Amino acid sequence: MAFDAAKDRQFKVVGTRPRRPDGIDKVTGKAQYGADMSAPGMLHGLVLRSPHPHARIVGIDASAALDMAGVKAVVTNADLAEPEDDFYRDIKDNVLARDKALYDGHAVAAVAATSLEIALAALDRIEVEYEVLPHVTDVDAAMAPDAPVVQPGRADETVPSGHSENVTGYWQFGHGDPEGGFAKADKIVERSFKTAATHQGYIEPHACLGSMTSDGKGELWCCTQGQYMVRSTCAALLGMDASQLRVTASEIGGGFGGKTTTFIEPVALALSRKCGRPVKMVMSREEVFRATGPTASSSIDVKIGMTSDGKVTAGAATLRYQGGAFPSETVLFGAQSAFAAYDLEAVRTEGFSVLTNRPKEAAYRAPGAPMAVYAVESVVDELCQHFGLDPFEVRLKNAARKGTLSSYGPTFDEIGLVATLEAAQAHAHYSAPLGPNQGRGISCGFWFNFGGNTCVSLNVNDDGTVGVTEGNPDIGGSRASISMMAAEELGIPYEKVRTVVTDTNSLGFNDVTDGSRVTFAVGLATINAARAAKAEMCRRVAKLWGLEEDAVKWENGAVVPAGPNAGKHESMSLAEIAAIADQTGGPIAGHHETNADGAGVSFGVHICDAEVDPETGATKVLRYTVFQDAGKAVHPDYVEGQMQGGAVQGIGWALNEEYIYGDDGKLQNPGFLDYRVPVASDLPPIDTVILEIPNPGHPYGVRGVGETSIVPPLAALSNAISRAAGIRLAELPMSPPRIRAALRG
Amino acid sequence: MSGIVVSTTVNGDPQDFVCAPGETLLHALRDRLGLTGSKEGCGTGDCGACSVTLNGRLVCSCLVLAAEADGAEIGTIEGVAEAGKLHPLQEAFIEHAALQCGICTPGILVAAKSLLERNPDPTDEEVRYWLAGNLCRCTGYDKIIRAVQAAAAQMREETHGV
Amino acid sequence: MIRVKLWGSLRSLADDQDEVEIDARTLKDVRDALSSRFPRLKPQIDRGVSFAVDGLIYRDDWLLDVTKANEIVMMPRMVGG
Repeated sequence: MAFDAAKDRQFKVVGTRPRRPDGIDKVTGKAQYGADMSAPGMLHGLVLRSPHPHARIVGIDASAALDMAGVKAVVTNADLAEPEDDFYRDIKDNVLARDKALYDGHAVAAVAATSLEIALAALDRIEVEYEVLPHVTDVDAAMAPDAPVVQPGRADETVPSGHSENVTGYWQFGHGDPEGGFAKADKIVERSFKTAATHQGYIEPHACLGSMTSDGKGELWCCTQGQYMVRSTCAALLGMDASQLRVTASEIGGGFGGKTTTFIEPVALALSRKCGRPVKMVMSREEVFRATGPTASSSIDVKIGMTSDGKVTAGAATLRYQGGAFPSETVLFGAQSAFAAYDLEAVRTEGFSVLTNRPKEAAYRAPGAPMAVYAVESVVDELCQHFGLDPFEVRLKNAARKGTLSSYGPTFDEIGLVATLEAAQAHAHYSAPLGPNQGRGISCGFWFNFGGNTCVSLNVNDDGTVGVTEGNPDIGGSRASISMMAAEELGIPYEKVRTVVTDTNSLGFNDVTDGSRVTFAVGLATINAARAAKAEMCRRVAKLWGLEEDAVKWENGAVVPAGPNAGKHESMSLAEIAAIADQTGGPIAGHHETNADGAGVSFGVHICDAEVDPETGATKVLRYTVFQDAGKAVHPDYVEGQMQGGAVQGIGWALNEEYIYGDDGKLQNPGFLDYRVPVASDLPPIDTVILEIPNPGHPYGVRGVGETSIVPPLAALSNAISRAAGIRLAELPMSPPRIRAALRG
Repeated sequence: MSGIVVSTTVNGDPQDFVCAPGETLLHALRDRLGLTGSKEGCGTGDCGACSVTLNGRLVCSCLVLAAEADGAEIGTIEGVAEAGKLHPLQEAFIEHAALQCGICTPGILVAAKSLLERNPDPTDEEVRYWLAGNLCRCTGYDKIIRAVQAAAAQMREETHGV
Repeated sequence: MIRVKLWGSLRSLADDQDEVEIDARTLKDVRDALSSRFPRLKPQIDRGVSFAVDGLIYRDDWLLDVTKANEIVMMPRMVGG
């Protein structure tokens, strides 16, 4: 749907900063999250997890557990239906292992009992006989010809011959002649990087409450980024019709991509089906770390050639991502994103997806892009240092713009990269003085953004207020921005609109809250639903006035006469029309269903000042500024919030966060004490500059903003540390021991 | 399994419950008393989402045994607003968009209230260190710090105005 | 006839071409024509693909009209966090 606002359009509601409608519930403790729901007769479910990183399951004997007073059901993989396609079969075999435990913490069986204490004791009584197998957790080790094979026969037809069976997918992108380009360079830098797996780190562990009745109907309450996705998955895994399962999304305590799949939800339903009582399951933090969605760890080679005046002549990268014990495709987004900020005559990237004995990877904010862009932006910075060139000048000289053939195939339409770079270069931050042991780094970032399946229903109430019903969990203030767009379109105050997120039986299918899609796609559907309601109101008023429909129009929240022959009529406001809805044909509503396209890609630029302590190797972030194109910022507070939150997750990825596996294949740090996410005292204020270059694919020009901000920090930190301490690390995180070791040479 | 009878005062109201010997105060609040505003993010005292006050002291309720609360006065997020009137911190968190998903918000509000009772005029650094035990994964803390300072300023004004 | 660009690793599955000409009026036609003319592309197309049409990415829009004036690029299916 095309951008329709005139250049001088004055928005009345969009662009203001009203209070979010769910604010009071969330500051008073009233808001109900996944673990906050109970049901009469409810049981508590717990999962038994493999202590081995790789083991054949010879047998499971649950009879002693089932003999315990208070134990009502035990389920294993055999209690789930057999889905036909690989996608659901992999989820099934992840939520309860089939014949092999594929990673430390892999679910093997689950129990439901009348209390948590009894359920916990019952886990000890489930006898699992394992035959321990050799394991592999490192991506490069897993690609070696003699590596233990995690799952045989999973490579698709794209994988060139001669690779380990752990390589399941291969992608290549680019254009031009890189070798010819390198020949024109005055300097070529080739570097290899490794990045650790990181976890989304949402503060709310997965939680659900499932109930099945003997006639095959199901009810499920859970924290998720998409209740419709949960319904589809659970229906496939339980062998039931989607219509018989109603899923209600709780308030969600963070997701960042990690709640775009299912773990305990189908298990709770399977337990409930077996014993006929509601079953509540809540993961512990240790379970979240051991068995849910970290992102890929990676191993990346980058080669870039540059002339002495800063023109990039060619770029190439080979990316190897492990996505855990099941095939994943995240590396392809890295291979597409790596050079997206550059206008290159010659570029080639290739990506390998690799199986390891680690938990099945889940999406994490701009999945696959941060590590790829980190590697490229580090090498570009090294070339800038080599030639003594300003990093902004070099990026502007090579920046992708409208008409650039992108590194991943299509030609760019309107993108905001050059404007974003210029805004950052001109910002006071970039010219502020630095002290000893301090350095300043910059980096670009890129993400695609999506639209996707979306349904919105908008009802005009008889008192002139409006209800909007949508199907995407509100993860960061989206109810507010959806209400704002409805109010803007209808010309009524924001306070007159209330937006609710509904269950799976009240609207058609909605894709999960991902891909930075909600403000874009749900907003678009809301605008269209409002336009449908306006058209209906215009039709009714035209008839009242005895006019043709084209002799009235909608203006400032009211129907007014339009055109030379309409005559004089007092305008009728939405409230006045709503008050006589009964007499003019019944309730007034609008709805819109679409698979939204045209999301528009997003670029960001970050500037980071860091100080490196030469004694301890610790890095302190001193100042940080995020520049990002939002197309049109609907609620600027929550746009800034996305920019700040993504930046800080990226800072954590750069400096401290990592999955640490021992030689025994077990996760060494499954808790917030040892997996260290940034805390308030680690950080400075995160400043933001929002640019607004309208997205041609949205009526108000809105672009998704949720993901891009996690992409630049990894290189921004690396580049700042390099300039502060004269060292360039090639491995993330750049934790104090690594920096200290590098400083000692 | 024999239960322990515990008598407490929660947010000023008398509350008795029976708990298991190994049960945490957080579980008793949530599952016995229905006060689900305090959240369990880790169960190990690392995230602060379960922050409450115990006889005026800020604690992680996941690290306190429910039985230890016998005779104690407990303050939870449910008691921060009084008779439906939001505390200045709660107002400031909404006004400054200091929450996104909101799961850490109850713990952060309880912790911040505890800070301002001790130090009505903290520096940004003092706020950041006081809240270092409360993880937020959405906001990057920037708007949280601004909201706490805005509430502190307003509370100082109200105090001086009286 | 319209031209469709493929990504590099599909070239070997499409007679070593990275740009192919096919007869198509919609994205559904594009999918079908590619699958029938290059059967080795079919598994990838069945697993999921997106198309960029003049720079905008379309995930599943089979009914979208395309003409020879459009730049059409087949891309892997998009996901997000």
